[in-house]
Amino acid sequence: MKKIISFVLLVIIFIGIYFAVSQIPYGKDKMSVSKHYLNNGVKENGASNIVTSVVLNYRGFDTLGELTILFIGAIGLGVVLFGFETKGKDIKSPSLILNAGSTFLFPFILLFGIYIFIHGHLSPGGGFQGGAVIASGFLISYLGYPKKRISEKGIHIVESLGGTLFILIGLLGLLLGGYFLSNILPKGTVNTLVSGGIIPLLYVLIGIKVGAELAGIIYKLME
Amino acid sequence: MDFLYHNIHFIGAFGLMFIGLYMIAVKKNLIKKIIGLGFVETGINLFLIIIGYIKNGTAPIFSKAGLDPARMVDPVPQALVLTAIVINVAILALALGLAIRLYGHYKTLNVEKIRGLKW
Amino acid sequence: MIFITLLIIIMLIGAIVSCILKDLLSAVIVGGAVSLIAAILFYYLQAPDVAMAEASIGAALTTAIFVFAINKTKRLEENEENN
Repeated sequence: MKKIISFVLLVIIFIGIYFAVSQIPYGKDKMSVSKHYLNNGVKENGASNIVTSVVLNYRGFDTLGELTILFIGAIGLGVVLFGFETKGKDIKSPSLILNAGSTFLFPFILLFGIYIFIHGHLSPGGGFQGGAVIASGFLISYLGYPKKRISEKGIHIVESLGGTLFILIGLLGLLLGGYFLSNILPKGTVNTLVSGGIIPLLYVLIGIKVGAELAGIIYKLME
Repeated sequence: MDFLYHNIHFIGAFGLMFIGLYMIAVKKNLIKKIIGLGFVETGINLFLIIIGYIKNGTAPIFSKAGLDPARMVDPVPQALVLTAIVINVAILALALGLAIRLYGHYKTLNVEKIRGLKW
Repeated sequence: MIFITLLIIIMLIGAIVSCILKDLLSAVIVGGAVSLIAAILFYYLQAPDVAMAEASIGAALTTAIFVFAINKTKRLEENEENN
């Protein structure tokens, strides 16, 4: 009985949404803000990837808000599970293939993650994707050796350092450039590794911070 | 039939949101409700990227020197969806932490027994 | 175009299957498969940054934290009495 009433109510809601959404044109031309970003993006920033320059230069303040929300989520998880002993089912000791495989793969996965966030302004990639790959490297190293772990204090220190340096670079931009997160380093030539002002530097800091944060969340849920 | 074939992208995004909302409203297990929350987030991200698409467009990256900026797709929704995906994982982690704590106290994950909810 | 239609239909069927299963571990793995098909759709809509983010964060890390949470609670959904 409850299922039928919920289903009918949801169908009515979605018919209403269809009437509101059917006015949006699909596959037509872009708005004027996007045209301005695409035509002048390379001249004003120096980065070839337009999505990167939108995330870090034109809408840089939203990225600061998103880093704050991720930080609050990780702290909240630590508060909720503080001092909570639980008797989960025992994880079996891993087989030989998993042991040897995780030892062999862990440095290569870290290297791949670092490559992704260093080349964020030249090809698809960036800080968030590279940080997630680094966190999966920590996950596979845990599955191979459930008893030994990288020290948790080190992970917390690295994560806080990344966030603090991001804000300090922004304040330096306020001092020297006139507004928060302004581009103070020289722009360089397009399509080389050292180009785009402070954009590669900010992505390196974001990559380290997000990687350490997600690894900390996984370690907290594992104990 | 023709109507379904031309709007298949919108049906996919809104269908995923529909199934996610149904799971949140009707299911009784707490972890099923959290899986439904994940589906709603995926559906919303898909809808935002569909709006920014141009027919026969290319990705917004200037890898060579002479590419034409009039044929590229919209870069602004992609930047917003990148932020939304990362916030989604923080929300799911916090919700699962609360579910683990509830199980430790009440020894069950059924919402009818935890709060006496009848509806 | 036929390929994309087929992918979207498989994604919707996967979401319905994940709603019906009683074993929570299987439901979570099918949810990971839905996220993976969404990442392929992002690639066809010419958004490679978003496809990379969804594949690494949505399909891999979300499934991993769900499995850890199921390890500490029950695995099977309880049977419901009459409504």
